Amino acid sequence: MGALFFFALFDLHMATVEHPQKTAWWNNAHNRALLFQVLLAIGVSLFFAFIANNTIHNLQQRGISTGFAFLKQKAGFGIIQHLIPYTENDTYGRTFIVGLLNTILVSALGIICATILGFIIGVARLSSNWLVSKLAGIYIETFRNLPLLLQIFFWYFAVLQALPSPRNSLHIGEKFFLNIRGVYLPSPIFQQGFGWVAGAFILAILATIILKRWAGKRQEETGEQFPVFWTATGLILLLPMVAYFATGRPLSWEYPVLKGFNFQGGITIIPELAALLIALSVYTASLIAEIVRSGILSVSHGQTEAAAALGLRPGKILRLVIIPQAMRVIIPQMTSQYLNLVKNSSLATAIGYPDLVSVFAGTTLNQTGQAIEVIAMTMAVYLTISLTISFFMNWYNARSQLRER
Amino acid sequence: MTQAMTQPATAEQDLAIEVKGMHKWYGDFHVLKDINLNVKRRERIIICGPSGCGKSTLIRCLNRLEVHQRGEIWIDGIELNDDLKHIEKIRRDIGMVFQQFNLFPHLTVMENCCLAPIWVLKKPRREAEETAMHYLERVKIPDQADKYPGQLSGGQQQRVAIARSLCMNPNIMLFDEPTSALDPEMIKEVLDVMVDLANEGMTMLCVTHEMGFAKTVADRVIFMDSGEIIEENDPESFFSNPQSDRTKLFLSQIL
Ligand SMILES: Nc1ncnc2c1ncn2[C@@H]1O[C@H](COP(=O)(O)OP(=O)(O)O)[C@@H](O)[C@H]1O
Ligand SMILES: [Mg+2]
Repeated sequence: MGALFFFALFDLHMATVEHPQKTAWWNNAHNRALLFQVLLAIGVSLFFAFIANNTIHNLQQRGISTGFAFLKQKAGFGIIQHLIPYTENDTYGRTFIVGLLNTILVSALGIICATILGFIIGVARLSSNWLVSKLAGIYIETFRNLPLLLQIFFWYFAVLQALPSPRNSLHIGEKFFLNIRGVYLPSPIFQQGFGWVAGAFILAILATIILKRWAGKRQEETGEQFPVFWTATGLILLLPMVAYFATGRPLSWEYPVLKGFNFQGGITIIPELAALLIALSVYTASLIAEIVRSGILSVSHGQTEAAAALGLRPGKILRLVIIPQAMRVIIPQMTSQYLNLVKNSSLATAIGYPDLVSVFAGTTLNQTGQAIEVIAMTMAVYLTISLTISFFMNWYNARSQLRER
Repeated sequence: MTQAMTQPATAEQDLAIEVKGMHKWYGDFHVLKDINLNVKRRERIIICGPSGCGKSTLIRCLNRLEVHQRGEIWIDGIELNDDLKHIEKIRRDIGMVFQQFNLFPHLTVMENCCLAPIWVLKKPRREAEETAMHYLERVKIPDQADKYPGQLSGGQQQRVAIARSLCMNPNIMLFDEPTSALDPEMIKEVLDVMVDLANEGMTMLCVTHEMGFAKTVADRVIFMDSGEIIEENDPESFFSNPQSDRTKLFLSQIL
């Protein structure tokens, strides 16, 4: 690239001094740029062809066949957490899906938790309350300055492994349990008629959208403001409640019960997931908090003053003036934090959380020896996830950018 | 004082701003010392003085962007104190124009002008836009309504800032060095707008070093130095016959 740029400049210079004589074709700026690109493309292709050739040769010598046939073979190992049914008798192909879903699960939950926590701490850091601001500062400095792997170990070995055995579980009203084997929650069981409750919920959401439109329009026309937020909250809580009682409470809970050495029933969050999720969220939140803080600080104090001088109240100033401007600083940096979180989730291997890298690029690769295929598939997954996040954030960012001259 | 005692009602109603024995400190630093200032309705006052003498702080105290620690400030008969309702009323009543314009860069010129009328005065958007258009015409940039502040020149931005304040229909306008951040060729277009405003009878307090402007529109010129009001007079006498040495020194430096 550097070379190309240099030559492009060089040619530009030539073009200005040369008289309109006939130039040799390689002295034409266009042609020369093209020539270098073609040479570069050929070079890169040769390089990859060499590597591919070499690898195929090596694999053949060791008697490993290339191709994706291994995905149909029986895996023969168990996975401690699977969001879809899985047993040892399933295929390697299925281990890929199981690992992928586990990666997506921890990443998605991590992004949500880190964002919420990060915003709260970032705003707290700017609080005029000395204690709140100091505590937020200590949080940020602690968690962003410790290696993430160490933090994962901390939550897994020092915190979660120090919990009591299932028999002596910590619990809330015998319904939520916490012990060394994980977190146990009641799981909902939907009965006949629950569709009505779900329907009422959807109806409430639709009503909220219509209400918001109506309130906006009314404000445009008459200037009167309508408490949309509170009305909508009421609607969304109340409508499903009414439906719930009207249809005879069609929802029950299955509670986890101690049977033998462990709990059965309900939803189980394995300690590996809990530790990884906490570590990723807490660590990324400390970085997001700094982004949020600097984003808000990047909006000059003059903006707040101008808005205050116009008679706007602090809440409205934050909502209408500060946040929209802070977001354009915050969003691009958030993207890279989200991408980091997804990539960091592969540290799962260290504590045995069965994510894509641990299951597929770990156990499956070791058992099959299909390094090229497995690594290529794994890379493709991370690339796809990252590009999807980038694409979405860029789209959102483009909408919130300022227009300048 | 005697007049005020004989006719308290009218005297008070005529006062747009009344500042009595006002002091302000930043930590140990005594920025404003015993400020006494009465501004009648429709009166146009110029405040000048060397940099750092507390001019900005004084006018920022008038709409509570800064908090004074001693003395009283009354705006249109309302005392400015910790009462949030009072602060709200007073801020609606006072428009302010800053040296750095402080337009909202994420909103168009029209949206800048409509934000406060919609969210503070609770006007319908249509009505707010009509008012905004009216004032944008008065500051002579109706055709820029859909642009963003970043797309305008400094002079245009400052005129939008003036229009934005006027949209709240204020009784009093405060200007803090409105032309200091402008290139020379843009100063006139902003001053022209301010002269118009003055001629229409707006109560104005203006911190500026534009002495030509002071001579044309001011009813009174106030000279401040190190947090004190040193001298005040009508522009004629102020410029031709300054009383204190500090005023003379200041005038010799800027004229
Ligand atoms: N927030 C602040 N904290 C401490 N000192 C300040 C602050 N704002 C202004 N000052 C000081 O108060 C004095 C008056 O400032 P200012 O009113 O801005 O002066 P002027 O507008 O006349 O140039 C200056 O000496 C300035 O340094
Ligand atoms: Mg100043």
